Amino acid sequence: MKIYQLSLFLENKAGQLTEPCSLLAEAGINILTLTLADTQQFGILRLIVKEWQKAKSILEEKGHVVNVTEVVAIEVTDRPGGLKEIVDVIDQGGLNIEYMYAFTFGRKNKAVLIFRFEDIDKAIEVLLRNKVNVIGNVDLYEAD
Amino acid sequence: MKEQWNDRPGGFHPASAPDYLPKAQLEDLQLRRFISVVERAYANVEMFRKRMEERSMTPSDFQSLDDVKKLPFTLKSDLRDAYPFGLFASPMSEVVRLHASSGTTGKPTVVAYTKEDIEVWTSVMVRTFAACGLHRGDIIQNAYGYGLFTGGLGAHYGGEGLGATVIPISGGNTDRQIMIMKDFSVTAICCTPSYFLHLLERASEMDVDIPRLPLRVGVFGAEPWSESMRDRIEALSSIKAFDIYGLSEIIGPGVGIECQNQHGLHIFEDHFYPEIIDPESGEVLPEGEEGELVLTTLSKKAMPVIRYRTRDITCLIPEPCPCGRIIRRMKRIGRRSDDMFIIRGVNVFPSQVETALLSVEGALPHYMIILEREKGLDVMTVEVEVTSEFFSDKVRAIEDLHKQLSHAIENTLGIRVNVRLVEPHTIQRSEGKAKRVIDKREVNL
Repeated sequence: MKIYQLSLFLENKAGQLTEPCSLLAEAGINILTLTLADTQQFGILRLIVKEWQKAKSILEEKGHVVNVTEVVAIEVTDRPGGLKEIVDVIDQGGLNIEYMYAFTFGRKNKAVLIFRFEDIDKAIEVLLRNKVNVIGNVDLYEAD
Repeated sequence: MKEQWNDRPGGFHPASAPDYLPKAQLEDLQLRRFISVVERAYANVEMFRKRMEERSMTPSDFQSLDDVKKLPFTLKSDLRDAYPFGLFASPMSEVVRLHASSGTTGKPTVVAYTKEDIEVWTSVMVRTFAACGLHRGDIIQNAYGYGLFTGGLGAHYGGEGLGATVIPISGGNTDRQIMIMKDFSVTAICCTPSYFLHLLERASEMDVDIPRLPLRVGVFGAEPWSESMRDRIEALSSIKAFDIYGLSEIIGPGVGIECQNQHGLHIFEDHFYPEIIDPESGEVLPEGEEGELVLTTLSKKAMPVIRYRTRDITCLIPEPCPCGRIIRRMKRIGRRSDDMFIIRGVNVFPSQVETALLSVEGALPHYMIILEREKGLDVMTVEVEVTSEFFSDKVRAIEDLHKQLSHAIENTLGIRVNVRLVEPHTIQRSEGKAKRVIDKREVNL
């Protein structure tokens, strides 16, 4: 039920995204989604890719610092209130969110939410108990 | 084969005998050598003779070791001015080797050796390795550069003189260094401490577990390094890291070395006479006080160097060393009187920054200090490489680290500095002396 997310350290200067992107492109690795956390000092590029081990070793070989984080992907219907239902479950379950981001993909009318929880095992247990549609690798990567 | 004197660690090497000479005998030897070096320089080196004549001195004025104080200093610039052979005291027919310094500013400085000089150099390097606990059967990976730089050949001759096996790999080609270290069952390595850290970093990327290799001794020098850097090296590699001191102007590596106590470097003072002076006034300071190290070569033939100002700041340790060596120790050199820089009126040594960075958990000491002038105000920025040890997917975690690094440096120096986290491997690695400071301020003057 866990999805592996890669995080990359980026210096805050022009052109820093180019190298990791072209490395992955050359290796034929498709980026399912990404988000960029930026501060005045630095950025963290977070990526979801299917072949994460391969992507990690390619990036590390070129000297990037790559961190692997377990995150949770939840599929929701792409309509008003879709997110709220999930957030309610999270609140009531007393789960702490470090950060989250969302994207839409192949399946019509569906969106995917990626959550980074403080305690992922507890989070999955609470979500499943509340019948939230937590999706695993297969569902996520086979959709497109 | 019959067991030999140096088959076991701690074995005594005959070459180490002068380390244990009784004080009176040592001083007697020093005095005899001192008088003969003054005579030799006076007879053969024009610059030296002129300087003595200007002071109305002749070699006969020198009757005690204390008289060394009367002599003028030799500066790095004197060596440069005499380029290439102006300070030689031997005819070229007796010179068997030339070395030269890196010469970062203009011409290099050239140094010469007779056959006897090479023998002395070899003997002090044998004593160096013996003090580090090396012996016959050890396999030494000599990653100091071979060439004009004295490090490579100095350590090479010493290792062979000891009876150890020397791998003359020289500097560079890190992946091959690691492969050979592993495949050849290397037990000791010689290189700069910053290059060894780079090796450790690369080894872990290559999944080579250094602590599980037979490597047990590191002889690190050619740049100042801190006690906390030693702790880091020893913790990461499970080896014993020794500080070696030397400079080409005096002989090369082999002027001083730490013994097993790793508390100060024994100076081979039967060949190199140390004084500590006040770098401002030039006055000799009482034993135990901190100042600039000044060295006189007592036995060099091809190029005697009298009262050479090393610019290295240290002090002589008056207490006897528990290891039993009589030759005196000096404190490890943390700074030079000329790598210091002044920022907003505060004197700063790169080693202070290094110690501060290392006090923060997870920070590897790949750093660069950049000095700039913005609107007439000096700004100091410390670039620190992010490592996988402390990288996190959480912004807060990295910001915390950033804050900790800034505080650590500011607490040490008492001035505000910028800390900039940079991507790994963006700070230039040196295979020789690490460059720690980029001063861009002059450009704007």
